[in-house]
Amino acid sequence: MVGLVRAATVIALKDLSLELRTKTAFASGLVFAVLVLAILFFSRDPTAVASRDIAPGALWVTFTFASILGLNRAFVLEHEQRAMDAILLAPIPRSAIFWGKFAGNLVFVGTIEAVSIPLFVVFYDVAVWPYLPSLLLVIALATVAFVAVGTLFSAIAVRTQYAEMMLPLLLLPFLVPPLVGGVQLTARVLDGRPLSDLGGWLRLIGGFDLAFVTLAALLFPVVLED
Amino acid sequence: MTPIDRAFRLARWGGVVTGAALLGVAGVYVRALVYTPVERFQGPAQKIFYIHVPSAWGALLGFAVTGVLSILYLWVKDRRIDIAAAASAEVGVALSVVLLTTGPIWGKPIWGTWWTWDARLTSTLFLFLLFVGYLVMRGVVVDPGLRSRFSAVIGVMGLVLIPFIHLTVYMFRTLHPAPIVLKPSKPSLPGEMLVTLLTSVAVFTVVYLGFLTQRYALGLIRDLREREAAGDA
Repeated sequence: MVGLVRAATVIALKDLSLELRTKTAFASGLVFAVLVLAILFFSRDPTAVASRDIAPGALWVTFTFASILGLNRAFVLEHEQRAMDAILLAPIPRSAIFWGKFAGNLVFVGTIEAVSIPLFVVFYDVAVWPYLPSLLLVIALATVAFVAVGTLFSAIAVRTQYAEMMLPLLLLPFLVPPLVGGVQLTARVLDGRPLSDLGGWLRLIGGFDLAFVTLAALLFPVVLED
Repeated sequence: MTPIDRAFRLARWGGVVTGAALLGVAGVYVRALVYTPVERFQGPAQKIFYIHVPSAWGALLGFAVTGVLSILYLWVKDRRIDIAAAASAEVGVALSVVLLTTGPIWGKPIWGTWWTWDARLTSTLFLFLLFVGYLVMRGVVVDPGLRSRFSAVIGVMGLVLIPFIHLTVYMFRTLHPAPIVLKPSKPSLPGEMLVTLLTSVAVFTVVYLGFLTQRYALGLIRDLREREAAGDA
């Protein structure tokens, strides 16, 4: 158990320090998120629909696309330089590779989301400050779902032709429950409804997290084995 | 008899079954149009029901079989199971196209709309898209061992996803009531209609089996030829 946590931490730190040195993926992910937020602002008739009405949807569509962009490159380095072979040779449990990648992707996607939120507030003129803890809980729950399924499918997609096409095609059907739940919860939280009113959706995303984090961790070694 | 010969014989048998099943579909339609009474409220539009519901059954059967075979594959690791799972997914996708085409044709005159984001419609749509993704993925992975494992992983994930999507759309609807769509409450089916429907369901099960056998046999032939070409058959 200790070995697994340590190995996973090492893998996550390796990914994050590579990212910290280059910052290419983070910078492009962030610029992409800003672009999507800005474009979605214009996806309405301003005389009929207030920007606040589409704000929750815009936020989650942005998070979805930014996550896919980030997850697309999760295994690219390992694949291109065949570094995965070296990782597979290391005397660590296979599941440690999943947890390490999962944690690294979670930090990566979470950081892009954290930087997008202030921009979202400014662009869409919504007050999030009083509801921040609830909003962060909702975002955290749905992001875990995005990243768990995304990490597994990214490892599949990277070994196919047209990897950048394959990931969204496989991943998007799986993002329907957390995405719809995220939009519904965000809309209600920003309306000032207390979390105790929102048990149904929270349970849905929580259950999804539980089911798919477990399943992804169990199936990941099947994807890797050679 | 070589494995290739056996696979070809299986394909021929599948062809016979499919041929018989398609004759059965024609028979169902004769019965539905000539010998089954016209529904009082919906009129002739209701006749599509005898092809819509059985194709839904066939499609769901196909996807469920793919899911179960995927689990089985991860356990037994026999490539024939993977070939059967893929064949079942193909038939499921084909029957979903029938399902998703006949639905709107009926929906327009009866509901007044081609499409509604109802739980059943939405689940079917995403299920269809998921398995299209599954088949596309199989097309772009060259290594057969890798392809089988990836397929099984997606099949198992898909099996778990279905109840979540259904629940999501159900909650979306109940919490946000839509404008009321004219939707007939389900009539308890009169005897003649029920017989026609059940006959059609049976016939579509045979259609599924016929298609499945043919696609499975073709998958086997392809697999054998691939291995021959790779020089390890």
